[in-house]
Amino acid sequence: MLEAFLLFLVVVSGTGGEICVTRAMKSVGEVDDFRPLAVARVISHALKVSWMWIGVSMMALAFFSLLAVLSIENVSFVVPITALNYAAGALGGKFFLGERVTPRRWAGVLIVCVGVTLVWLGKR
Amino acid sequence: MTSSHKLHLKTYAMLLIMVLFAPLGNVFLGKGMKNVGSAVSWSPSQLLHILSLVLKSGYIWLGIACLLTFFVAYLLILSWADYSYVQPTSSITLLVVALLGYFYLGERIAPLHWAGIIVICLGVFVVGNTPPRTTGAGAD
Repeated sequence: MLEAFLLFLVVVSGTGGEICVTRAMKSVGEVDDFRPLAVARVISHALKVSWMWIGVSMMALAFFSLLAVLSIENVSFVVPITALNYAAGALGGKFFLGERVTPRRWAGVLIVCVGVTLVWLGKR
Repeated sequence: MTSSHKLHLKTYAMLLIMVLFAPLGNVFLGKGMKNVGSAVSWSPSQLLHILSLVLKSGYIWLGIACLLTFFVAYLLILSWADYSYVQPTSSITLLVVALLGYFYLGERIAPLHWAGIIVICLGVFVVGNTPPRTTGAGAD
């Protein structure tokens, strides 16, 4: 039960955090210059966007939940299960970020979910 | 070089960094947390004790460094590519994690478990051929 709760936190908080971070990075704009100083400037710009801080806080909660569940379960079980955030991510991308998720992408996400189910059953 | 070609090139370069560093980070965290052990109770003193062990673990710090590298690549790619493209495509990391868990950590992985990971990767390939951007300027 505890393991399931921690995995739930990893998935929901992690996905929510990533969506907020994406929103922040989209407002920063496309990056074309990859020199260290330019990258540092982009990151410093991103840190001024409030969505970035909300996202990072949620990702921190997901990170500590991940550490907790890794103390109980094998990494080769935990990490594939967290692939459930692909389904949550496609939904979030569509409804929160306004991305056009094509039928092909939905099909891919569905296959990923079937794979996660097999991993879960393989452990039981 | 066309702008579309350049877009794909920098997308694949960032994906490669993500695919290498995310699994390494997770495996180091897993190894570190197995050394630390799980909490016997959820009392504040027990959690503080666990936290102090976590902060002293070299594997945990190594894992955090790898995940930070992954995160920077992730931030950069998200500035131009769709989240719903990047996230499934980077799930190839799941296969790399399982391989590292099996060979490096000696974890037992059942055939059904392997099948599940392969099905997940199949899902990744289905998603991988969709355009990386569907919003804003330059959408394919």
